[in-house]
Amino acid sequence: MISRRALIAGGALALAGSASPARLQAADKSFLPRGLPEGVYGTATLEALPGKKPLIKLSYRPPNYETPLSYFRSEFTPNDSFFVRYHLAGIPEEIDPAQWKLTVSGEGVARPLELTLSDLRANFDPVEVAAVCQCSGTRRGFSEPHVPGVQWGFGAVGNALWKGARLKDVLSRANVRPETVEVALNGADGPVLDGTPDFIKSIPLDKALDENTLIAYEMNGAPLPHYNGFPIRLVLPGWTATYWMKHLVSIEAVTKPFAGFWMKSAYRIPSGKFPIVQHFLSQMAAANEPITEMVINSMITAPAEGFTLHAGESADIRGVAWDGGYGIARVEISTDGGDTWREAELGEDVGRFAFRVFRFAFVPPRPGRYQVMARASNTIGQTQAEKLIFNPAGYNNNVVRPLTVNAV
Amino acid sequence: MRLLLITAMIAMSGFAARAEEAVTLKEAPGRDIVEGYCGACHSLDYPRINAGFLNREGWESEVDKMIKAYGAPIGDADAKTIVDYLTANYGSGG
Repeated sequence: MISRRALIAGGALALAGSASPARLQAADKSFLPRGLPEGVYGTATLEALPGKKPLIKLSYRPPNYETPLSYFRSEFTPNDSFFVRYHLAGIPEEIDPAQWKLTVSGEGVARPLELTLSDLRANFDPVEVAAVCQCSGTRRGFSEPHVPGVQWGFGAVGNALWKGARLKDVLSRANVRPETVEVALNGADGPVLDGTPDFIKSIPLDKALDENTLIAYEMNGAPLPHYNGFPIRLVLPGWTATYWMKHLVSIEAVTKPFAGFWMKSAYRIPSGKFPIVQHFLSQMAAANEPITEMVINSMITAPAEGFTLHAGESADIRGVAWDGGYGIARVEISTDGGDTWREAELGEDVGRFAFRVFRFAFVPPRPGRYQVMARASNTIGQTQAEKLIFNPAGYNNNVVRPLTVNAV
Repeated sequence: MRLLLITAMIAMSGFAARAEEAVTLKEAPGRDIVEGYCGACHSLDYPRINAGFLNREGWESEVDKMIKAYGAPIGDADAKTIVDYLTANYGSGG
């Protein structure tokens, strides 16, 4: 085991030796990985939203900003570095937490509620869970062939310690009825046009009643950043962030499958192609089904693509791995393009839904180019894909991606 | 809840509005139509980051989605202008 402190210290050293974000922006687009559509390189910039560090801006309106790889330095992704993703440009500004109301209603509850933030904090047990929040479309930009959408690279993902009330406790207070099938979630963000479907997502009742599903009011010990859903968002550990409704204002217990656009048409994957354990049974169709749990994945966060190492000297290959909550069992590293693999050292286990840091000491035997790869496996025998499982929306991309470093 | 928050909600922050002005599309026939319709709901970096891999059919499908799924009020003639412009300036060339 390597200590978290050691990893962070190592990260800080490596960071000090690399270019600052400001310089990268002025100099080139090296903050972007290879393999994205050509238009990204002429458009994406490093820019800071209010309260955020410079992130990779893919679109201004609605705001879609991803975290540069070099920012992932430990199990927990700082709030000011956490990625930002919105679907619709009507996003709330100037939120007064004292005025915030969360309604709990629908045919499936016997006692509708209207809760303030004070109610949530004072009247429900506070619960903490470390969990990865990962956009379904992270790495869409690497799809071959490319598919339309926000052209995410690696960074539409982050891990945080979330604190809030259990959704199940709130539903229990509302006397949720057994005929409830799903729980529909709406946030304060909305469309520009009346004709655009509001972003509303539903989750199955069993996930709503899971002890890890939270209505979170804190992230890494602080209020949620505005652009990550202030003042409250849903946290659904193990499942992709499409369900993690930001700026949560309403929870509706429904007795029939919720039929909105964002469930029936969007965020769906072809059935049978992915090794998914948890399916959204009330939303299945013949050819496709909703995306649910995150597929097992990892990313190398240091060294960066093209970095120069020294032959005969040890250099750390570092990164993070995660899955849908089964737990990372091992991470293997290849430095010869996938011919041979050796196990990396895993960092502290901060929870089965969280990032697991890994480290591997690599000594390049001689000068030259090295293809470095990381491959994670979990406790139920799943391993990252060797080849892309293509799907039209570019979801669930967990292909092992090589990066090239040079040794001199 | 939209009524509840209507006063608190605006399309975008002043910060983003200023930064967004820097994003432009290529000067070519149809640009004003594209900027007018597409820019109503999203910034113009969307077509730019999706440049280079969609053919005419691909851009038709995107514009069709904006009209049918997202309710963009674009008539047939303007939709064709938009598809022509995106295919010519942000298409795959294939």
